[in-house]
Amino acid sequence: MSSTATSFEKPAERSTNWWMIWGIALALVLICYLIKDTIPWAFKYPRSWTIPLRFWISDFMKWLMDGLDFGLFTFRELTRAIAWVIEQPYWVAKSLLASGFLNGRGSAAIEIFPRLPWVAVIGIVMLIGWKAGGRKLALLAGGCFLYLAVFGQWDSAMTTLSSIVISVPFGVMGGLLLGIAAFRSPRFNAALTPILDLMQTVPVFAYLVPILILFGFGPVSAMIATIIYAMPPMVRITILGLQQVPEEITEFGRMVGSSPRQLLWKVQLPAAKQTLMLGVNQVVMLSLNMVIIASMIGAGGLGFDVLNALRRLKIGEGIEAGVAITLLAIALDRLSQALAKKPAPTSEAFQGTHRNNPLKAYPYLSAAIALIIVTWALGAFFPAIQIYPESWEITTGTFWGDMVKWININFFDQLDAFKNFLLLNVMIPFKRFLLGLPWIGVVILIAIAGAQLGGWRLAVLGALLAIFIAIVGLWPKAMITVYLCGLSVVIACMIGIPIGIAAARNERLHGIVQVVIDTLQTLPSFVYLMPVVMLFRVGDFAAMLAVIVYALTPIIRYTDHGIRNVPQHLIEAATATGCTKRQMLWKVQMPLALPEIMLGLNQTIMMALSMLVITALVGTRDLGQEVYIALTKADIGRGLVAGMAIAFIAIIADRLIGAWSKRRKLELGLE
Amino acid sequence: MSAPPKSTKRPVKLGCKSVWKIFGDNPSEFLNQTQNPSDEQLAASGMIGAVRDANLDILEGEIFVIMGLSGSGKSTLVRCMTRLIEPTAGEILFEGQDLLKADEKELIEYRRHKMGMVFQHFALLPHLSVLGNVAFPLEIQGISLAEREKRALEVIELVGLKGRENYFPSELSGGQQQRVGIARSLCVEPEIWFLDEPFSALDPLIRREMQDEFLRLQSMLKKTIVFITHDFDEAIRLADRIAIMKDGKIIQIGAPEELVLNPADDYVAEFTGNIPRAKVLSVRAVMANATAKEFGGKVSADTKIETLAAKIIGSKKPFSVHDGSDIVGQISANKVFSVLAGQE
Repeated sequence: MSSTATSFEKPAERSTNWWMIWGIALALVLICYLIKDTIPWAFKYPRSWTIPLRFWISDFMKWLMDGLDFGLFTFRELTRAIAWVIEQPYWVAKSLLASGFLNGRGSAAIEIFPRLPWVAVIGIVMLIGWKAGGRKLALLAGGCFLYLAVFGQWDSAMTTLSSIVISVPFGVMGGLLLGIAAFRSPRFNAALTPILDLMQTVPVFAYLVPILILFGFGPVSAMIATIIYAMPPMVRITILGLQQVPEEITEFGRMVGSSPRQLLWKVQLPAAKQTLMLGVNQVVMLSLNMVIIASMIGAGGLGFDVLNALRRLKIGEGIEAGVAITLLAIALDRLSQALAKKPAPTSEAFQGTHRNNPLKAYPYLSAAIALIIVTWALGAFFPAIQIYPESWEITTGTFWGDMVKWININFFDQLDAFKNFLLLNVMIPFKRFLLGLPWIGVVILIAIAGAQLGGWRLAVLGALLAIFIAIVGLWPKAMITVYLCGLSVVIACMIGIPIGIAAARNERLHGIVQVVIDTLQTLPSFVYLMPVVMLFRVGDFAAMLAVIVYALTPIIRYTDHGIRNVPQHLIEAATATGCTKRQMLWKVQMPLALPEIMLGLNQTIMMALSMLVITALVGTRDLGQEVYIALTKADIGRGLVAGMAIAFIAIIADRLIGAWSKRRKLELGLE
Repeated sequence: MSAPPKSTKRPVKLGCKSVWKIFGDNPSEFLNQTQNPSDEQLAASGMIGAVRDANLDILEGEIFVIMGLSGSGKSTLVRCMTRLIEPTAGEILFEGQDLLKADEKELIEYRRHKMGMVFQHFALLPHLSVLGNVAFPLEIQGISLAEREKRALEVIELVGLKGRENYFPSELSGGQQQRVGIARSLCVEPEIWFLDEPFSALDPLIRREMQDEFLRLQSMLKKTIVFITHDFDEAIRLADRIAIMKDGKIIQIGAPEELVLNPADDYVAEFTGNIPRAKVLSVRAVMANATAKEFGGKVSADTKIETLAAKIIGSKKPFSVHDGSDIVGQISANKVFSVLAGQE
């Protein structure tokens, strides 16, 4: 593989070789079809050959919960203790933001002290916005929160917010500590990397199940799931940030005689702060996404409203809650991004610091505290300041409901015809084709692709992962996943690549596209379900549409980025040769941008797979549904095995495309 | 090894004895098996000899310049001296004590109190002001805020940055940033001062200005200095002595004048060939025996020809050359012209 650069003859030789191997493999698959009756096991994996892995896992968990005893305490007590630690700060946050401090339980509870008045919360959010990014950001963030109050989403939104406020510090600190450990110990890093890979590819539903069993139903379980889900990017960014600290800065730290601890906390971490803050932004956004999903195991809040609306097909209510999530997401994203991008301090700001006068030294903090005290005091006399009066609330629920009704009355035929056309002519035939493939043939083809792109190790890995799916008896469901994911990705590329190309060649369009995809990317995946269900009801088609929209962003971003990143001297050379614009695109820019675009494709596949699991809510029949059913039945083994199968599909796709992209970049001298 | 530049012998501050740094798989075993490996032996076993058998003595109070092109091993050598990189073999003697035998705690003490270092790309901490950066080494030592800021303000004034204490690195020009780097390294009053290509990242005019500033500081502070550069002109301007490195080996050590007069090989000669001799050569190197009865003037033996030239122009009589009060030779205007014309 490594000798490609030195010889011009070898690649040609090798490719003829591969053509032959592919030919033989395809011929083998064809032969399988011809003798289908004599080898039925190659098409339908025999039930007697499956390994009951899901039952083993379930039994193991049962033993863990009921049988494992460390002597001083049992495993169950350990998990409950962890839950307790997280529950305390959550209780404070929730009392402060959502419920007020209560004495007693349920309807008998008496409010000892009221929650933060809505005026104060909006004020604080605006102060943070002002400090982080100026007046514009203050208005944006304040406006988003005002919407929550005006449209009657305040209570749910504050419940969601209190989960996030507590999960984020846990996620950031955990990620930071793991990242630091991995940075310091290469061995720990090597052990951590595959775990992180798996955590980011196993669909979220899959680990909701074990958490449900370990920690019980309720907001704490949901927060633990959220923390686990949001931590991996923080770990990676911490490692990256520390590795990117210039060597000289580290040497300087050592030369002034820092102890290892001083070196880390006083030199390296502060120097990596900019990068670390990007990680915080990621944790915030992922936490929001997950808190919404975790409403299934009792997180409550906005996610529960959407879920509830979906279940009862109350489109109007769902949309209102969905918009609330969207606005909350935008506010949190812009705020944390502004904090992350805050430039290095300047002398002006520094000279304004008064060390001895806390009022002047921390003007924003002082203002926030004053605001809280004043509104709390006033709230005692004017309840409207304390709690947004119901009579002021506006609801658009009926409006949305009416609009959907109107669309369905007037456009039902067109929408239905469109849906049926695609279903009958594209989706169903493709699904049948995939289901009809012999599993053993697919395994062989994956292995050959692996061998060609990345060597025998990749071939073995791909084949083993595929065989696993067959062995646990999930092959047909996996094929449905591949069919839905595959079609969605193809359509997403057909839409996304042209948009990316256009954006790369036009500055104004580039600006617009950036804003749109930045916003799309901040939206929790749940939100995407609302409009498609509204227009197309439940089923594969609606699921596919949601997946396409959700997975569209990376392919646009990477195409745009890849074309823009073609080295300028090559563009100049091509212009000097007399390329037309069209030739420039197809003969220079596209070939060079292709490895980058493939990475975008890779991301698109990953996002499609993660969204696919969530579309189980709108009635698919794939692995995602399997996980969802397991969740509703609290069947750990079933959920984990199906979740692993999805992760393995993701890993196969990821490694194959990654290997191709890496090799191509090396050949093009781009790396 | 050549003699120190001044007649009085000064004590050795830092010495390197047969220092090796080899990159590769298991380099110390390789070095044990192959004593003094050749280029071919290194290449054959896939090793890279970054520093090869370095021997040198840095005397107290001198400016010792290590000169070499990129990849010559000069940066690795200075990092071996400070143990930022562990040498594969050899001894680093700081006032006679082997630094390589110091444990982590002792090493931290050495670095806190005896060493200072200036970096090519300044290595300022972006989140701290000028004051915070300069006081940082003292903060690491656990000195109180008031005390360390007082000392930091003194050095900030010394390097001419008074009034900019509250600026942040991103608000300063390259030259100013390196002044901060210099102030920071001086704040702990180090006994030995390492400068790793401190002016290489600066524009030529600023570089010149900073070299003057550096010489001004050294005339006041009289530190023992190890100065790394890839610029031979800079080396000539600043050095008391220069070590020239190539492919990890020290080719020659000597005062600028010695290098110009007696280059050890063609490689050194290539550098010295382009140097205007009048800048480097002193009167002592080219004077004749004192034979004249009358002299046109007096000159000290250590004066550079360049400096003498303006005075001796037009003088028909030679100048007498003095070492202290003794007359040790004479020098004529013609002789000076021939040096200026590059004939000597």
